[in-house]
Amino acid sequence: MTPLRILLVAAGGMLGTAARMTLGLLLPTGEWSVLIANVTGALLLGVLTARVNAAHLRLLLGTGLLGGFTTYSALAVGTVTLWHEEPLLAVAYAAGSVVLGLGAAVLGLWLGSPRKARA
Amino acid sequence: MSVLVFVLAAAAGGAGAAARYAVDIGIARLAGRRFPWGVFLINLTGSFLLGLVTATLPDAGFVIGTGFLGGYTTFSTAMIDAVALWRDGERPASFFSCAGMLILGILAAVAGLTLGAAL
Repeated sequence: MTPLRILLVAAGGMLGTAARMTLGLLLPTGEWSVLIANVTGALLLGVLTARVNAAHLRLLLGTGLLGGFTTYSALAVGTVTLWHEEPLLAVAYAAGSVVLGLGAAVLGLWLGSPRKARA
Repeated sequence: MSVLVFVLAAAAGGAGAAARYAVDIGIARLAGRRFPWGVFLINLTGSFLLGLVTATLPDAGFVIGTGFLGGYTTFSTAMIDAVALWRDGERPASFFSCAGMLILGILAAVAGLTLGAAL
């Protein structure tokens, strides 16, 4: 945990947070923007994990950028907010986020792996 | 949203990501890397705190909530970790890391919102 490593994570996290907020400004509801950020972020982190080995690049783009782009707290609080309006939609939103996120992570890891290793 | 609030929230997201990096390393030193306890506990505490901030600071909470706590918690790493556990044959741990985190994260958000409303 050197100062350079912390700086790389912070710089990536700042960009990822800015990208997540921009998505929030473009879409009508917060829940949709969080879902889209989380699923695309899981896909891209899969590609990065399978493809990039350089530690500093992984800290900047993985722990920082994609870690900051995706979020869990807004998923949890958004689910509770939806629950008060439409309980079924809240369950679909929470479970759907994780199911789609897992699928996106598997797809990203597959897309990022070298062609030979793909099974 | 003013440009100033956007920039402050992005910077707070960078600080949140750096805090996540430091806390994750600290928890891994205590609990090991067999199970991703770091991200697990980060997402639960972040969901609780976002509930608290949402209930107590509806408007002024943007920089702390969407910025700092959005960058502090993460979804993408949780998904990749769950897939990695599954592929290592740690299937109950993989299931708990997804379903347990989701259920406990939502309960943490409820606890934060409830406590915040009572303050």
